[in-house]
Amino acid sequence: MAPPAASQRYPSPSQPSGKSEVTDLKSQLRQLAGSRAPGVDDSKRDLFKKVISYMTIGIDVSSVFGEMVMCSATSDIVLKKMCYLYVGNYAKGNPDLSLLTINFLQRDCKDQDPMIRGLALRSLCSLRVPNLVEYLVGPLGSGLKDNNSYVRTIAVTGVLKLYHISASTCIDADFPATLKSLMLHDSDAQVVANCLSALQEIWSLEASHSEEACREKESLLSKPVIYYFLNRIKEFNEWAQCLILELAVKYVPSDSNDIFDIMNLLEDRLQHANGAVVLATVKVFLQLTLSMTDVHQQVYERIKSPLLTLVSSGSPEQSYAILSHLHLLVVRAPFIFASDYKHFYCQYNEPSYVKKLKLEMLTAIANESNTYEIVTELCEYAANVDIAIARESIRAVGKIALQQYDVNAIVDRLLQFLAMEKDYVTAETLVLVKDLLRKYPQWSHDCISVVGGISSKNIQEPKAKSALIWMLGEYAQDMSDAPYVLENLIENWEEEHSAEVRLHLLTAAMKCFFKRPPETQRALGIALAAGMADFHQDVHDRALFYYRVLQYDVHVAERVVSPPKQAVSVFADTQSSEIKDRIFDEFNSLSVIYQKPSYMFTDKEHRGPFEFSDEIGNIPITPEASSDIVPQQFEANDKDLLLSTDEKDDNRGLSTTGSAYTAPSYDNSNISSQMQELAISGPATPATTQQSSFDFDDIFGLGLSTAPAPALTPSPPLLKLNPRAALDPGAFQQKWRQLPISLTQDCSVNPQGIAALTVPQSLIKHMQSHSIHCIASGGQSPNFKFFFFAQKESEPSSNYLTECVINSSSAKAQIKVKADEQSTSQAFATVFETALSEFGMP
Amino acid sequence: MMISQLFVLSQRGDNIVFRDYRAEVPKGSTETFFRKVKFWKEDGNAEAPPIFNVDGVNYFHVKVVGLYFVATTRVNVSPSLVLELLQRIARVIKDYLGVLNEDSFRKNFLLVYELLDEVIDFGYVQTTSTEVLKSYVFNEPILIAPARLQPIDPAAIFTQGAKRMPGTAVTKSVLANDPGGRRREEIFVDIIEKISVTFSSNGYILTSEIDGTIQMKSYLSGNPEIRLALNEDLNIGRGGGGVSVYDYRSSSGSGVILDDCNFHESVRLDSFDSDRTLSLVPPDGEFPVMNYRMTQEFRPPFHVNTLIEEAGRLKAEVIIKIRAEFPSDIIANTIAVQMPLPNYTCRASFELEHDAVGQKTDFKESSKMLEWSLKKIVGGAEHTLRAKLTFSQEFHGNITKEAGPVSMTFTIPMYNVSKLQVKYLQIAKKSSSYNPYRWVRYVTQANSYVARI
Repeated sequence: MAPPAASQRYPSPSQPSGKSEVTDLKSQLRQLAGSRAPGVDDSKRDLFKKVISYMTIGIDVSSVFGEMVMCSATSDIVLKKMCYLYVGNYAKGNPDLSLLTINFLQRDCKDQDPMIRGLALRSLCSLRVPNLVEYLVGPLGSGLKDNNSYVRTIAVTGVLKLYHISASTCIDADFPATLKSLMLHDSDAQVVANCLSALQEIWSLEASHSEEACREKESLLSKPVIYYFLNRIKEFNEWAQCLILELAVKYVPSDSNDIFDIMNLLEDRLQHANGAVVLATVKVFLQLTLSMTDVHQQVYERIKSPLLTLVSSGSPEQSYAILSHLHLLVVRAPFIFASDYKHFYCQYNEPSYVKKLKLEMLTAIANESNTYEIVTELCEYAANVDIAIARESIRAVGKIALQQYDVNAIVDRLLQFLAMEKDYVTAETLVLVKDLLRKYPQWSHDCISVVGGISSKNIQEPKAKSALIWMLGEYAQDMSDAPYVLENLIENWEEEHSAEVRLHLLTAAMKCFFKRPPETQRALGIALAAGMADFHQDVHDRALFYYRVLQYDVHVAERVVSPPKQAVSVFADTQSSEIKDRIFDEFNSLSVIYQKPSYMFTDKEHRGPFEFSDEIGNIPITPEASSDIVPQQFEANDKDLLLSTDEKDDNRGLSTTGSAYTAPSYDNSNISSQMQELAISGPATPATTQQSSFDFDDIFGLGLSTAPAPALTPSPPLLKLNPRAALDPGAFQQKWRQLPISLTQDCSVNPQGIAALTVPQSLIKHMQSHSIHCIASGGQSPNFKFFFFAQKESEPSSNYLTECVINSSSAKAQIKVKADEQSTSQAFATVFETALSEFGMP
Repeated sequence: MMISQLFVLSQRGDNIVFRDYRAEVPKGSTETFFRKVKFWKEDGNAEAPPIFNVDGVNYFHVKVVGLYFVATTRVNVSPSLVLELLQRIARVIKDYLGVLNEDSFRKNFLLVYELLDEVIDFGYVQTTSTEVLKSYVFNEPILIAPARLQPIDPAAIFTQGAKRMPGTAVTKSVLANDPGGRRREEIFVDIIEKISVTFSSNGYILTSEIDGTIQMKSYLSGNPEIRLALNEDLNIGRGGGGVSVYDYRSSSGSGVILDDCNFHESVRLDSFDSDRTLSLVPPDGEFPVMNYRMTQEFRPPFHVNTLIEEAGRLKAEVIIKIRAEFPSDIIANTIAVQMPLPNYTCRASFELEHDAVGQKTDFKESSKMLEWSLKKIVGGAEHTLRAKLTFSQEFHGNITKEAGPVSMTFTIPMYNVSKLQVKYLQIAKKSSSYNPYRWVRYVTQANSYVARI
């Protein structure tokens, strides 16, 4: 026990500063120490109580350690317990004085009363003083053999405590073996449960350097052990049941009978009132049936009702934990929950963290059959007193609109939001209308007429303002006063605090200029001048860039800034399906709450029971030269995909060809449209600015002298790769999971290369000659997938991992690069692309 | 499932108890936690979620009677397990203290330490059974006289939206004896139903749900077995699930159909399928025998009718009518009606019926909230409130979009909407003179009772 240090608390008149009180206590304790007067125990109790209460509020009472120990010679168990509590708290800081306690603790360990034996043993093991471990081994040994189960449960945990103080002492005393035998033979369920948790912890930590521990750890997952636990699961209390269920998740069943046996054994656990037991059972069911699509789906149906009951039967906090898991399942398999949408309606008295989850779930399950009802309900929330929830609701309506084919009615409702004339409603709605127009340009007519009526003065939020400005630029030809509204905004350039808005103003002025030059000319001139004088680097750069492009050639400028757009078909998902699968694998853990895989918020030694052994997880990789072991793995993965989040992706991606793997699919339309919008485009770089700019400056009334030619971008330093790089497949997988994608790039493969690809090995050889090594490959015509790695020659620890997907019918390749040193990934990609482009060349 | 620390903080952030089990979390975690909760701002949420991560430490908390029960860990544990455990610890402590509040907590902190030491060892849960823990607790509880409690029972605050309710006004410690040293032999069974109903603006029911609990608190000596018989026409499973199929009789409205239910681990269901009887040996302390959920249609206890009308340029009138749709021998109490008014409302004057007794009205200027409270409503009665609103600016558009919805809270003792019943409560103890008190009580409470306008 370590209460917060006194120094960290604010001094307050109600709280004693402690010093004089502690001195007082000290002398009083001293007086009582030797006394055998009647009633002395009561006085001691009062004093001890004072000490403990100071300790709790953070006053340092370690200075009375000696006195406390002297007073501990008593048969009063309440006093003893207080003393144990005190000693456990301060022993670590007072190793020398702790030696004083050993004596009486050891004596108590031999007491007649099992209660005292147990308590003393627990305190003894909680001292956490390394040089006292020699005193622990004896009492622990006899504790494990005690005929009282209370003492044994404490002794088992004591072994674990000893392991953490001194692993070698614990191992040398052969305690793990004793625990194992207790685990399999003790009659008391809690002794058995504690053995299991202690052994799991000890063997996991030992496994890194001991093969034997590794084997022992594996043996916990053997069929006999698993069934030993599952068959008597009801003898354990609910918390130990969770422990057993967590163990069972890791068990690999031998066949489908095995799976059904386990599920039948655990079926009634789904009716348990404890949410933790139910979720642990659900996890077992989901993991066991991953490769059995039909059954997996039945499991979803089966668990729905119990989970909903738990959501409504607990405290808001408990509901939240369950609901987060339902959220995960809903997003994975929306169609299974489509008819249950009413359960996810918000109740007015729910905390906002619950409401927020529910809104996301409603968004996920909206489909043709329920959209009308869901959107109607969401519109009710838009007028909610809780503004944050009102905003979320509007966003939810927008998201539903973006995922549906029939958006007719929804657009109407969004436009009604604008009529509500509440600032935040208008702001949220504008952002949505903008996104909607990017996806459904055909709605521009209806939207624009309404948006045109909104006064830009009433909109303050940068995001909303940017959205409005974007629409003004994009639909300048349909909004009669667009140039004048823009001009107005531009004239107030100085008062516009958001750089985002100023960037949008520049672009909108450009677009408007191309459509209605005479009316916009003045405004654009002011905007460019103000932009080039802007202190914000991005705004300045964009203004300068526009200026130069215009100078170079107005038509080129139009092609760059305002090219004809294609509607966005799918907005980029913020989370990759790889991450989502990871979170699903970590069901019933904090990963689900945070919506992040554990490696993102936990350090390695604390990933706990969900830590992955290094079996192949989500990335389908065919180890070279042993491609025959693949199918099983991929089958599981394929089936899994039936319930995976991005069903839409499946139809579009590269994975539909029935090849052995499931490649994640990409949608570039969004990115490219954004690129276009941002007008960052290679070929238009104004290398030769001067000659074509006749009296360009005069058009805009800018008295600027021609800007200095842009400095050449320094060419990236040449990247030297190590020709003899080595990386084992396990390390590759681990890195692949942990590193973010630093780069995705498309490139084409020349026809000779495609021809040569009939033998995929040839590409592997070719890349190897460029020091890029293949670790795995798969697929068949027309889709091939390769995983490559390379290392920097100078630093072997700097690796580049690449996934390369080649479609031979379109002669295109897509590469995804992950790098230890992300700043150099572009340089690597260049090397890679160059190497690839030379493939097939003589 | 390793928990590193467990502590309880007062509303002001003071440590009441603090236990560190694994010494893995740096000092100052109580302050870190309290600051984070107090000043939660992330993603626009007003309230801190029950679980969050600061510098690699995961903080879990539940709020009970205004106290924060907090656990910390660095491990990626099961979130349900920790929250469930914290809630359970609060309940166990209540079983021992009789009444759970800051005062009783501070007076009995040593007893609480005794409990915490046995509930968790080195971060692993050992037991949360009130009964098992009895043999490890040596401090005598310092009881707080129930007389000092406010009329609105603390048990109601204790439950905070959970389904336990005032009816469980059993404020006796499991360790306490009655005056005279004798324990009174008694057992309480409460059927508590929380109902959620949403009415559309034209009075139709949009959604309705009953979340029920059969809660038990036993003070019987010698752990006798108990049999609880429920309605014979009880059916479980509705709309899929496939546990039991629809009964044709029930479609005529005679049966009670639960969507789903779950049971306490002590409950045996051997004869549940044949005669709807639950048998159990009740452990000490308060616990839910069964939780159930029902979406079958039921008659809502109150009908709410709201009208808001413009009455001139800067004025409007609100009329709220509530009608009690239950028998006249039933009386609802502590009824509160709330309605958010348009933002630009600056004044509201109220007009109650001329014979109104025990009714209060209020307009909360800061939150623009109309509040109407009634001490009691007798079954069949109807009450009306008229409010005249004055606005600070002209309104445009649809005024009904600016106000509402109307929400209600209430408690109706001795009434339950689901018609689920405990037909009998049998105590298996072979003695003719043994006849303990048996209390079977029903109560209905509003969870989310909302009428849109």
